[in-house]
Amino acid sequence: MADEKLIYTKTKTIQPGKSSGFCPGCMHDTIIKLIGEVLEELDIADKTVSCTGVGCCGLFMEYIDYDYIQCAHGRASAVATGVKRGNPDKIVYSYQGDGDFASIGFAESVAAANRGENITVIFVNNGIYGMTGGQMAPTTLLGMKATTAPKGRKAEEHGYPMHICELLDTLTAPVYLERTSCNTPANVIKTKNAIKKAFQNQIDGKGYSLVEIVTSCPTNWGLSALDSLDFLEENMLKEFPLGVIRDNSDK
Amino acid sequence: MARVEIVAELCKSCGYCVKFCPKNVLAIGKTVNSKGYEVVESVNDDCVGCCSCARMCPAGAINVYK
Amino acid sequence: MAERVLMKGCEAIAEAAVRAGCRFFAGYPITPQNEIPEYMARRLPEVDGQFVQAESEVAAINMVYGNAAGGVRAMTSSSSCGISLKSEGVSYCAMARIPMVYVNVSRGGPGVGTIQPAQQDYHQATKASGNGGFRMRVFAPATVQEAVDMTYAAFDYADKERNPVLVLADGVIGSILEPVVLPEQRSAEEVAAIKASKDEWAAVGHQLGSRAWINPGGWDNALYEKCNKEADAMYKSWAPEAEAELYLVDDAEVILTSYGISARITKSAVDALRAEGVKAGLVRAKTVYPFPYQAYDKINYDICKGIVDVEMSIPAQFVDDVKVAVDGRAPITTCLRSAGNLLSKGAIMDAAKEMLK
Repeated sequence: MADEKLIYTKTKTIQPGKSSGFCPGCMHDTIIKLIGEVLEELDIADKTVSCTGVGCCGLFMEYIDYDYIQCAHGRASAVATGVKRGNPDKIVYSYQGDGDFASIGFAESVAAANRGENITVIFVNNGIYGMTGGQMAPTTLLGMKATTAPKGRKAEEHGYPMHICELLDTLTAPVYLERTSCNTPANVIKTKNAIKKAFQNQIDGKGYSLVEIVTSCPTNWGLSALDSLDFLEENMLKEFPLGVIRDNSDK
Repeated sequence: MARVEIVAELCKSCGYCVKFCPKNVLAIGKTVNSKGYEVVESVNDDCVGCCSCARMCPAGAINVYK
Repeated sequence: MAERVLMKGCEAIAEAAVRAGCRFFAGYPITPQNEIPEYMARRLPEVDGQFVQAESEVAAINMVYGNAAGGVRAMTSSSSCGISLKSEGVSYCAMARIPMVYVNVSRGGPGVGTIQPAQQDYHQATKASGNGGFRMRVFAPATVQEAVDMTYAAFDYADKERNPVLVLADGVIGSILEPVVLPEQRSAEEVAAIKASKDEWAAVGHQLGSRAWINPGGWDNALYEKCNKEADAMYKSWAPEAEAELYLVDDAEVILTSYGISARITKSAVDALRAEGVKAGLVRAKTVYPFPYQAYDKINYDICKGIVDVEMSIPAQFVDDVKVAVDGRAPITTCLRSAGNLLSKGAIMDAAKEMLK
């Protein structure tokens, strides 16, 4: 058709023609796509360094086309600190799952937020350990089964799911904390906007921004991709309400 | 006038695009790509170019033309 | 005439690093190396460098990994149990070919051990600094001057070979005050040029299609075996560069062998033995990886009655490499202290005389 324009296509920041290794419906795929769109729109892809954790969050090493640092499990926030301190004019983000950020990496994650490092942190919360086969995460819901909590998470044995945005909200330094999801087109747009703000804050030298994105894990939840969306809405979003927890971006 | 184009080799048949299309343009088809996924296809001409499908698609397998 | 200044070992190490172009330090307090981060906290801002007191030794090594991945000369330091915490991070540097320098100001162990000087991290330093069987150049200073020179050179080795380098000091070297000649300060232009020379592989941002990939492992087994083989070839290539000091070895009837601060005390023992008419000599390892096997070939095994291994480690560790080097050509005994207790010259002399009985 003569007048038609291509109004949506896959971001150029992903290696052309490459299919990712993520499961069907996995929102890591969605989020990496959105990050890429944001980097293109802000024209910063060629000065961006990603610091990725270990887990499913670390599965895009052969997928994205801008600088990629594979970090030790839990340490991406510390690595990102090191990168940014050495190259402050570059854009540095860490990309971490719930185990990486809130279990093994808890100290590094909170310390980087507390120091107010001028980085962007993408925290992907699907309430389970994906890559290693479905073990319990710090954010696993009460009653939710995991391979290491086969009867389901019990408060008296395992404690309660951790609310990271709210935890970080007790610190003075962080500038922007928002929790979003990718379960509907509207929420995908909100996630992209949040990611964009989190990167813009870094460009503007504002300080530490984190976007917590509540996602599904069809494979380890034992549900189809579509059924996982229902579980996410009915359960995950009740435990982890979406919204802005803190936004001092304009201050 | 709008239409979508599915990049067959990137489609993972998750069904998000089918669920969220307001005009029921999309459905899981019968063609299988090299990874074994049944590729999504357009089944009518009612696309309005809202891009809901393309936004939801984790794999970036949808090009939208308007 | 080069200026001599009186400096404490830890501070001299830090100053040498800064002069070599180190512009990032992350570390955590632990006795007996706190003067290194404290010095860096004062000194790095003077050269537009960055100092971070990290939340742990684990965080520190990972900050160094990221900073060095971005092309900066970066360093961390710790002591013994804190060095253990860094193992994984150092291993990542080795596989991902990240140049960096770190310093162990070692103390008693194992466990939290003791806070006073020891040499109980020898095998950890030379054979098992982290998982995966990687190797590093490991330098063993016996004086503050050597600590300065070795730290300065370490950065050049690290960059040239894209590998971590360890300076294996101890709590005595770290604490004593000695006169040192400091190396020339690298200029800001030199430091910038060194950083720029790494732009192709470093995580400094690249155009789409030519990205940097800092790669400590992944899915491609064939690729990582290739990495292991290349590393193996590199480690083997270092063998001729192993360094040792041979002191009064030619006519020695008893050889004492040691490294680091123990070797310093042993040298005094050799002088005292000679004054008593005992023909003692010293083989001192200056690099403990690569190990100076060839130095032990310089011993005259026709007149040497035996070798005394002197180290501040129980169980003895350095002796294992000495045994390989000596290869049965002479009997070996040990003279040891441990857990923060220092060797005495007298005990070493007694051990040498015992060997000659």
